[in-house]
Amino acid sequence: MAALLEVKNFEAAYGPTRVLFGIDFAVEDGGISTILGANGAGKTTTLRAVSGMIGTSGSVSFDGERIDRVATEEIVRMGIAHVPEGRGTFTSLTVEDNLTLGAYTRKDRDQVARDFERVYGYFPVLHERRLQQAGTLSGGEQQMLAIARGLMLKPRLMLLDEPSFGLAPMVVQALFEIMRQVNRNEGVSMLLVEQDAALALELADQAYLLETGRVVISGAAADIKGDDSVRRAYLGY
Amino acid sequence: MDLFVQQLVGGLATGGIYASLALALVMIHRATELINFAQGEMAMFSTYIAWTLISAGMPYWAAFFITVTVSFAGGVVIERVVIRPVEKASILTIIVVFIGLLLIFNSLAGWIWTYTIKPFESPFPDRPFHLFADISVRMHDAGAILVTLAVLTLVYLFFRFTPLGLAMRGAALNPESSRLVGIRVGWMLALGWGLAAAIGAVAGMMVAPITFLDPNMMAFVLLYAFAGALLGGINSPGGAVVGGFMVGVLENLAGTYVPFIGNELKLTLALLLIIAVVIFRPSGLFGKPVVVRV
Ligand SMILES: Nc1ncnc2c1ncn2[C@@H]1O[C@H](COP(=O)(O)OP(=O)(O)OP(=O)(O)O)[C@@H](O)[C@H]1O
Ligand SMILES: [Mg+2]
Repeated sequence: MAALLEVKNFEAAYGPTRVLFGIDFAVEDGGISTILGANGAGKTTTLRAVSGMIGTSGSVSFDGERIDRVATEEIVRMGIAHVPEGRGTFTSLTVEDNLTLGAYTRKDRDQVARDFERVYGYFPVLHERRLQQAGTLSGGEQQMLAIARGLMLKPRLMLLDEPSFGLAPMVVQALFEIMRQVNRNEGVSMLLVEQDAALALELADQAYLLETGRVVISGAAADIKGDDSVRRAYLGY
Repeated sequence: MDLFVQQLVGGLATGGIYASLALALVMIHRATELINFAQGEMAMFSTYIAWTLISAGMPYWAAFFITVTVSFAGGVVIERVVIRPVEKASILTIIVVFIGLLLIFNSLAGWIWTYTIKPFESPFPDRPFHLFADISVRMHDAGAILVTLAVLTLVYLFFRFTPLGLAMRGAALNPESSRLVGIRVGWMLALGWGLAAAIGAVAGMMVAPITFLDPNMMAFVLLYAFAGALLGGINSPGGAVVGGFMVGVLENLAGTYVPFIGNELKLTLALLLIIAVVIFRPSGLFGKPVVVRV
């Protein structure tokens, strides 16, 4: 398999504070890669930099094309859906309007109508609440909405920033099962940022361990999961 | 009764003009959190463009639609060229830019068209409009109300039912999430300026037959519009519109029925209203209070 997303020698800083120190990672076409790391490791920064929301040096290629100088709005048009930290809900709009905005760049209007059915199929609760103000949804429902909004783009790659954050274990299980289905059935590749390492390693096929802006360990998720010393030293379970 | 209805309708006519300008103020405010002090002068300038076209012999409604289109384009250009470079500057800088715009449009209009007051034609015939029983009102008042309502309805339908309208709302609510769904937020802001300028142009053309045309005609009108926007709720478009109408009616009725207010003190009324709202109900009658975390 060829890499869909390939990131090399990636660096980022907020003002004078350097946050990423030349990291490399990739997402295979149809694959799921995960970036693990503690608070402040630079996970969110990495995703924001891939989306062109902050300046970087290094190279980012998507489907063989350099995108590291491309504006966020155009990166979205190439088929990269970013489900941001904090969910990015349009709180005073309805659930349905949130999903409509997810499909904003698409021209295939009748296919979009069918995609509403598709994401409501994954998340029936969103269908029940479709006319409700999105800000009144529970945290878990807003996370579902954020993922659903990303799916409305019909993306080739999803960037997911800690989708498990603040959710009950049962809800997290259900959410990850849906992500697995989306990946398997629709071939959507994913770059998943997580603190819950056990969960992420279960879903992903490639894993990268980020520590204060550097990749300290990388490899097949199965290997890392199976390596007791790595697990104890870095993942703490 | 006759006088009351006439004053009420007259109040609704000017109220509609305040409502339109209030809506323009709110649209810019939602995206920038600031009041565009130049909104009134932009409307005044648009009205002069209409006057020039009409004076050159163009039929009224042709001049009307050309003026609206030109004003829309002008609004977009102003945002792109003047506002965008200072977008991230301090609030004070942006306010100075707004005031600069105000002065530029004012003196530019004075320079091109002089400060001599000019009459401005109403598209509606100069005869009474028979309302009901033996009560009639000025035709221009009735017509201005209709035009205003048509504009407000169109704006509502645009924001409520078109993908572009939804994207503009999204961009004002949450710029970052908007970028992440591919909305070109900068252009949405520019479109907002264009729409606000176009709405202001209509308001200017509707108020000019009443106030006459001169470069300072909008100063009072903008103050009333601002009072209306504050009264209804500066972050609520619907509220601002209702507030604008309320201020218009209040102004007219108070000027007629409260003897000591008369025409001279009407403006003080607007100022008092602004201060009262800010003190007692900063979010306005229909706006949601802005909760600030401390
Ligand atoms: N806007 C910002 N300005 C300055 N520093 C920032 C900014 N955003 C993040 N940082 C710093 O960059 C570092 C990495 O932050 P980042 O948000 O990428 O971490 P993270 O791995 O996503 O953490 P978490 O798991 O808590 O979300 C942190 O030290 C943080 O303080
Ligand atoms: Mg983070």
